[in-house]
Amino acid sequence: MIPELGHFALIVALFIGLALAVLPIAGAARDDAAWMGFARPAAQAQFVFVAIGFFCLMASFVNNDFSVINVASNSNSRLPLEYRIAASWGSHEGSMLLWVFMLCGWACAVSLLSKRLPLAMVARVLGVMGFISVGFLLFVLLTSNPFDRLLPPAMDGRDLNPLLQDPGMVFHPPLLYMGYVGFAVAFSFAVAALLAGRFDAAWARWSRPWTTAAWAFLTLGIALGSWWAYYELGWGGWWFWDPVENASFMPWLAGTALIHSLAVAEKRGAFKAWTVLLAIAAFSLSLLGTFLVRSGVLTSVHAFATDPTRGSFILIFLAIVIGGSLTLFGWRAGSVGFAGRFDRISRESLLLGNNVLLVAATGAVMLGTLYPLALDALGLGKISVGAPYFEAVFVPLMAPVVLLMGVGPLARWKQAPVGELAARLKWPALASVVAAVVLPLAAGRFSAMVAFGLLLAAWVFTTSVVVVLQRARGGSDQLLKQSRSFWGMVLAHVGVGVFIVGVTMVRGYETERDVKVSTGDTVVVSGWRFTFKGAQEVQGPNYVAARGIVEMQREGGGEVTVLHPEKRVYKVQGMPMTEAAIDSGWLGDRYVSLGEMLDDKTWTLRVYVKPFVDWIWGGCFLMALGGLLALADRRYRVDVKAMKTEPTPATASAVPPVEQVAT
Amino acid sequence: MKARLFVPLALFLLLAVLLAVGLTLKPREVPSPFIGKPAPAFSLAQLKTGQPAFDPAQMRGQVWVLNVWASWCAPCREEHPLLVEAARQKQVTIVGLNYKDDPRNAEEWLRKLGDPYQAIAVDRDGKVGIDYGVYGVPETFVVDREGIIRKKHIGPLTPEVWNQDVLPLIQKLKG
Repeated sequence: MIPELGHFALIVALFIGLALAVLPIAGAARDDAAWMGFARPAAQAQFVFVAIGFFCLMASFVNNDFSVINVASNSNSRLPLEYRIAASWGSHEGSMLLWVFMLCGWACAVSLLSKRLPLAMVARVLGVMGFISVGFLLFVLLTSNPFDRLLPPAMDGRDLNPLLQDPGMVFHPPLLYMGYVGFAVAFSFAVAALLAGRFDAAWARWSRPWTTAAWAFLTLGIALGSWWAYYELGWGGWWFWDPVENASFMPWLAGTALIHSLAVAEKRGAFKAWTVLLAIAAFSLSLLGTFLVRSGVLTSVHAFATDPTRGSFILIFLAIVIGGSLTLFGWRAGSVGFAGRFDRISRESLLLGNNVLLVAATGAVMLGTLYPLALDALGLGKISVGAPYFEAVFVPLMAPVVLLMGVGPLARWKQAPVGELAARLKWPALASVVAAVVLPLAAGRFSAMVAFGLLLAAWVFTTSVVVVLQRARGGSDQLLKQSRSFWGMVLAHVGVGVFIVGVTMVRGYETERDVKVSTGDTVVVSGWRFTFKGAQEVQGPNYVAARGIVEMQREGGGEVTVLHPEKRVYKVQGMPMTEAAIDSGWLGDRYVSLGEMLDDKTWTLRVYVKPFVDWIWGGCFLMALGGLLALADRRYRVDVKAMKTEPTPATASAVPPVEQVAT
Repeated sequence: MKARLFVPLALFLLLAVLLAVGLTLKPREVPSPFIGKPAPAFSLAQLKTGQPAFDPAQMRGQVWVLNVWASWCAPCREEHPLLVEAARQKQVTIVGLNYKDDPRNAEEWLRKLGDPYQAIAVDRDGKVGIDYGVYGVPETFVVDREGIIRKKHIGPLTPEVWNQDVLPLIQKLKG
């Protein structure tokens, strides 16, 4: 009964979506207020029905209803409750439903938080989102129905993939999808503007918070996925340039470019056509990612069940949405123009440089991801493109972005006197060079790679300090007056610096030992003693594990920490899993993972010491936090409040003086 | 209208063509190293008690299909009617390799859904699966009269795959 209810709710949502895709946009074209007014309630109703569908699926998992194929294939009666809930989005069908759920959630949020927007704009934005929802609901209902029954019912389920039975995996897909799908809002605003033929600063201002929110979620989602890979896959890496990772990284890069170009579009009225194109690109890359992951055209460690019908369906939908929006762009964007004048050295030109480089980086990642496919399509053989390619092209493209990042916030809009910039950047440049030379030496071993990484990080930190000091010229109380979006920018930029420190230090100074140990043996790895005290058998809810006991101590003596790396075998799928034991700290991790049992007392043990590795995810967290802080900026709230009390004069007060606003 | 504004569209169309071609390819169809090689030898107990151990050498002289399956595997259920039908029509001899399964569940499964297999070897711990490079269930191998693997299909057999790929090959091998 519950699965049928869920199935029915999705069908209702599909029809609401059809109406939402047609009526409000037609209403906006005909200037019919009643048709346009349909958009908000329809978006909200659609969200309610998709939510019903989503929770019905969740209920089927929680109730162990093995008469549903999806539940029988991805759950088990002995699977703990939290993972039964997470299993709702652990399968292809469930994750696509989560996609639609997120999309309708964003549309519902737009409908609730758009009181100040002109009705025609709201109608067009929600109409476009409704159109996208129709495509994905059709996809779910026709090719990936999560509610299909299994007759006769299975006696028990096949269990959730053990890799996904982990707290990180519970939150990784929802956060990632929040980001992915969130770009649908920016996309819809862009298409709405193309439909209306109106681009103004207000359009950019409305798009900005939505884009920033989606970007912050995507940042968190990618970081969580990377962290999960680090502690769960047992080989200590944090990024593999796998096609599925790249699929989430490309929209992130385009989204980062979009955030910056939206700032220029809002403040200076420049880059408008470019911004529209980026908004289309960010969401198109999300769709492309969905296609790449779900169609199986690329092989990946993320071995999802794939199906060519699904691939064809998404490809056709992709062609309609992306092809349609780009046609509209070619047709309408001519009227937008590349308005706004600025000097060769100005904040605009620096942001343009940042945009070009970020887009080039996106292109480079896309090239590497699709290259094997292109060769295969041309009959030139099957190859795979690995980390060396990506590192070789990505680092040279991103290093100038980081350098520009230090300069941009210090440059004036329109025209930045070179002398003034040079004076402001003198001390950061000097400090960064000193840091780049001294710190690697202090760390014990100088290498050009580490020096360069630390140079970039130091540049970010020191220029950020200068940016803050610049604002405090009129006394420290000036700092309190700075907008939250300013602090958000500073925080996000500092996050990039923190991230670079993590990547550089791990790359430069990590040590790894693969050893054979018997009970009582000790291994010494960069100043730490690891003593293997044996392994014992432990029973989990749906697995048996060998739990190793490893005592860890600094070489010179001191506190003893006991680590428990595990080797689990999940009973239903018979799949062995490595649970690494990690002792984390500000200055680095000690990472121990249990390999194979050689005999009763002998195991292989993998020991890593990874300096500053947590700074990688800490940096991402700061970036996301910066985004969320920018979202909390007063001007977004003032607008809402002002709207409630006095609708008309709100606009003027909502735009703070140009000099005070962060990019 | 300026032509350069349509550049993004043109780029996207190129990409779409590439992706469409990509869909017709099968990246998972990595040329299996087993094709053209003799089927790895093994000797495993059969699922039905009282039957002698199964050894691929017994199949010399006939074209046969090895189908790797398990009762916990939902896609196996999907392809199963096709195998039952093929066995009923005596298209080919089908041998099952029951992979990492509980024999009781396996028997229950066959009783409910029908048994197309002439013999079922029980690979409880998946060791034979490793020899055959099994990395997903179901997988299906076509073996010729000389005991050489001629085809490997990963994933459930669909009527298209069976009628367009597998069956013509079997008929050709049978001469």
